Amino acid sequence: MRIELVKRKNSSTTMAVLSPVIAVILTLISGAILFAIAGKDPIHGLYLFFIQPLTDSWSIQELIVKATPLVLIACGLAVCYLSNNWNIGAEGQFIFGALCGSFLPILFPDFDNWLTLPLMLVFGTLGGALWGLIPGVLKTRFNTNEILTSLMLVYVASLLLDYLVRGPWRDPDGYNFPESRIFSDSATMPLIDGRLSVSCLVAVAVVIVLALMLSKSLKGFEIRVMGESPRAGGFSGFSQKGLTLFSFAIAGGLAGLAGTMEVSSSLNQLLPSISPGYGFTAIIVAFLGRLNPIGILIAGLVLSLSYIGGESVQASMGISSKIASVIQGLLLCYVLVCDTFVLYQIRIVSTLRSGAQKEASDV
Amino acid sequence: MFEAILLTVITAATPLLIAAIGELVVERSGVLNLGVEGMMIMGAVVGFGVAHHTGSGFLAVIAAILAGMLMSALFGVFVVYLATNQVATGLALTILGLGVSGMIGESFIGIPGMRLPELYIPGLTELPFIGPVLFSHDGVVYAGFALVFLTSYVLFRTRMGLILRAVGDNHTSAHALGYSVLKIRFLAVLFGGACAGLAGGYMSLAYTPQWVENMIAGRGWIALALVVFASWLPWRVVAGAYLFGAVTVLTFHAQAIGVTIPSQFLSSLPYLATVVVLVIISSNRRLTLVNTPACLGKTFIPDR
Amino acid sequence: MEQRAGKALLKASGLTKRFGDILANDSVDLTINEGEIHALLGENGAGKSTLVKMFYGSLEADAGSIEWSGEPVSIGNPAMARQLGIGMVFQHFSLFEALTVVENIALALPKPGNMSALSARIKEVSEDYGLPLDPADIVADLPVGIRQRIEIVRCLLQEPKLIIMDEPTSVLTPQEADRLFVTLKRLASEGCAVLYISHRLEEVKQICHHATILRHGKVVAECDPTKETAKSLAQLMVGSAVHLVNRSTSATKTGDVRLELIGLESPAQTPFGTSLQAIDLDVFAGEVVAIAGVAGNGQGELFDVISGEVRVKSDMLMIDGESAGRLNINERRQRNCAFVPEERLGHGAVPGMKLSKNIILTRHTTGEGIVQAGFVSDRRAAELEKKVQSEFDVRMSQPDPDAKSLSGGNLQKFVVGRELDRQPGVLVVNQPTWGVDAGAAALIRQGLIELAHSGSAVLVISQDLDEIFEIADRIAVISRGQLSDAEPVEEMTREKVGLLMAGGAEKHAPMTEGAA
Repeated sequence: MRIELVKRKNSSTTMAVLSPVIAVILTLISGAILFAIAGKDPIHGLYLFFIQPLTDSWSIQELIVKATPLVLIACGLAVCYLSNNWNIGAEGQFIFGALCGSFLPILFPDFDNWLTLPLMLVFGTLGGALWGLIPGVLKTRFNTNEILTSLMLVYVASLLLDYLVRGPWRDPDGYNFPESRIFSDSATMPLIDGRLSVSCLVAVAVVIVLALMLSKSLKGFEIRVMGESPRAGGFSGFSQKGLTLFSFAIAGGLAGLAGTMEVSSSLNQLLPSISPGYGFTAIIVAFLGRLNPIGILIAGLVLSLSYIGGESVQASMGISSKIASVIQGLLLCYVLVCDTFVLYQIRIVSTLRSGAQKEASDV
Repeated sequence: MFEAILLTVITAATPLLIAAIGELVVERSGVLNLGVEGMMIMGAVVGFGVAHHTGSGFLAVIAAILAGMLMSALFGVFVVYLATNQVATGLALTILGLGVSGMIGESFIGIPGMRLPELYIPGLTELPFIGPVLFSHDGVVYAGFALVFLTSYVLFRTRMGLILRAVGDNHTSAHALGYSVLKIRFLAVLFGGACAGLAGGYMSLAYTPQWVENMIAGRGWIALALVVFASWLPWRVVAGAYLFGAVTVLTFHAQAIGVTIPSQFLSSLPYLATVVVLVIISSNRRLTLVNTPACLGKTFIPDR
Repeated sequence: MEQRAGKALLKASGLTKRFGDILANDSVDLTINEGEIHALLGENGAGKSTLVKMFYGSLEADAGSIEWSGEPVSIGNPAMARQLGIGMVFQHFSLFEALTVVENIALALPKPGNMSALSARIKEVSEDYGLPLDPADIVADLPVGIRQRIEIVRCLLQEPKLIIMDEPTSVLTPQEADRLFVTLKRLASEGCAVLYISHRLEEVKQICHHATILRHGKVVAECDPTKETAKSLAQLMVGSAVHLVNRSTSATKTGDVRLELIGLESPAQTPFGTSLQAIDLDVFAGEVVAIAGVAGNGQGELFDVISGEVRVKSDMLMIDGESAGRLNINERRQRNCAFVPEERLGHGAVPGMKLSKNIILTRHTTGEGIVQAGFVSDRRAAELEKKVQSEFDVRMSQPDPDAKSLSGGNLQKFVVGRELDRQPGVLVVNQPTWGVDAGAAALIRQGLIELAHSGSAVLVISQDLDEIFEIADRIAVISRGQLSDAEPVEEMTREKVGLLMAGGAEKHAPMTEGAA
């Protein structure tokens, strides 16, 4: 018996919709197995991980707060991945954006008026875009592999943050703790309710704009054409280099915006570590959302749940919160496998070679 | 002092060397495995755990290798047989490896580790200067050099290597000639996993004999960059690994001799050096185009 | 059936192969005798390649059996085929560009032995058969003609009893083809059978002893090709009256120059690419100019330069009398030019996109209302797609399918139709009917001629000499990046074109190495 993949003539729309759902189900099953291996009740574990966080309003707010940066970053990454630019350094762009967004309230605390926050957001976005453009420029100018350069810059950005927070940007009144001064009210995002700030509305607005751009505009067409077939894109008159720079700038800019909003709403100051790996988790969000902004909005909430669920099982069951990272990794694996079945179908062939009739069944 | 620096350069270079050699073979077969970091961290945690429980360095090294292979087998099934996107699957492997190792390693934090014993080579280890620098290392250091030699020999002097390079150059032709592209690629991926596991084990058994979460700290990614740096030629990997080993070590010693640059800047040097080196290598268009395996990163689905 | 010499070497009965919904081979019976050059004829898509891949073990039959020298065999993989004594020369070569000639050959031998001994044998055998090779050359540096030699020598070293050749002359000049025929006849006289796949009927008549004709996956006839005419063979292949292009030469009256290349030069874009040197060419309104040449002599590069995907100095290229060398492809389209590249999938069309999206590819800047204020009008795109589809008879199994799901002929009708529909003033087409069935080819050629007659300038780049002589008013030949003067078709013969294809008109020293 042999299992082989057979290309579908037209990619399956049913599978395209079903694949993220199947991936989530497979992840749940794997999660149950993980709990069982750790010697815990699987059902209770899954309940604590995936359901309990949805039962109280504090957790739901937290869910949205954590989903906000994920969705923003993933939207930008989707533009990159659709156009075949493998930016995996969003974490660095997030951090550098946050640095650029915070220098105003940290270095110029006296500049404190209604312009502060808008300026911070602009600087943060520009900073992230700039950091993102480094691998973009290196790719277009020197043909350098963007996967590796974008990732290397993550380490550089987080070391830079560490240096600033422990060094020149340390709070002078902070008893030598490695943290910056607390931002003033005019440097923080307005709150809607509890911990919920307008950041999440910004994320939703970005989702809508990007969804329109990708599905309806010529730019969206260009991104898709270039991603699938750069040669055809060139024939259509699109510039591959231009699009590479564009997508890195968008992804970096959105990551930078997310970073700035994170420090100016959730943290209200700079700390040596400002992200629990949002930039990497957003990669999973982008794929789980099938590189579609609306899908990403939903996927962002799912992945955000995995952070909160991880904390929840750690608190209640004493399981390492690292389980969140395991579940995220598995989820990405499953999403990718399910994507295969959008393009291919599995065929099981019996290998009895007698020259007789071969039995083939299509799944 | 100089002796000591050379020794640390060798220990710093060894994991990079071994992981990069493994990845070189994988990429020669046409597969890009970005999960080196994830496989290394699994090697590190499993190696540490087995050393801790059994007290045997040998078993620990074997376990680290198996852990890397297990991770690569997962990757291989997905990428080779299920034709998933290689870049994304490699990332998934890294995320998974970081998570699983974090879970396994939680109880190891703070436990003192075990250092692999140094091999004593009669007659050579006693030599002045040369002895301590070249002939007083643990077995993995020598295994690293043996790996480079063997890989180079097999790739360019044997039929097996010829077939491997052929599969990476043109999978359609290799299939048409009757070679089993998928099987060859899967085996190459396993070899890469074994090397990454060994390299990771070396980190927690020799480089810094303890378990620290996320202790690979980007070395898997640097190993990936080294393959590009070496333009897919084994002996150049040695040069690259030692260059990076030297950069890493110099950042330590720079502080020791009182250089007043902030430590974070020194720590970022290997990463910045990687970027600079990649730029220099890749701007030579012809060199990269001629040596890059033509099918690198492309999925292959045989028609039958 | 007529008497045939020799014993049966390979006998296939009832071979059937299905790909999804398509029955590629439907119970095919075929017998090849020892020492026989056996032609396998059929249109594109008739199932020839599928059939021989089953003989070579790279495809597995769904039903049917194969006998080899009277014994039933099952050929599970190419290594088994080679062990039986079956060698194959692929149409799209199965060579490894980054490897040397000797490494390429070693890969196909079960026991290649040591490399230096093998190199010596390659030299010996290749010279013996008049196909000299340097074993140390890297394949990437070699022209197609030499690459084919590698494949043939690779077969010969296995001392085969049967050599399968898939369209071997499509990459050769007429003179090179003649040399190949000498080799094949010698092999046949030594007792080796040859299964010769071709759609060039004249050469089949010239060298083959027997022919099997496939249509829609079935054997429709067997015959002795020497006793048939090219026309009767063609009718057997196509199954109906052969389409002939209607070309009223009297109507051809040339007007102004619409496309002009003046001393055009362009460096190679890739390490193994071809540089273009001092190319001069005028294409007048109302004529079809064809550029002949063996594949890989700069056709693709020339197309890219004329389309604007690669830019040249401003004055090297003129459109309707205006300098256009620096313009990009869309600016050239706005000057009423249109282009059809060689590769349908991946260059002319995006494989995974619907036709209504693919229509946008070349028409989003031509002012036809597809794009308004940066947004795409799906309605307008769908309208245009339907128009092209009905005007050019693009057949599809469902409305608005992905480009990749169309057959080669239908997709080619679409990508050519997409441009013809605009009535461009200048049309440049690279390999307009490569791998396309006869019906679609005739329709496309007719479209090109009619466009020229309506006052446009049409430039066709083609490797198919039959096609060129069928539609061209003037013919130029490209060889190693240099172009001969375009001569009226009446003054050209196949022999003359062949000599030019082999480099007869090169005025400059070649700039690429290894193209011997």
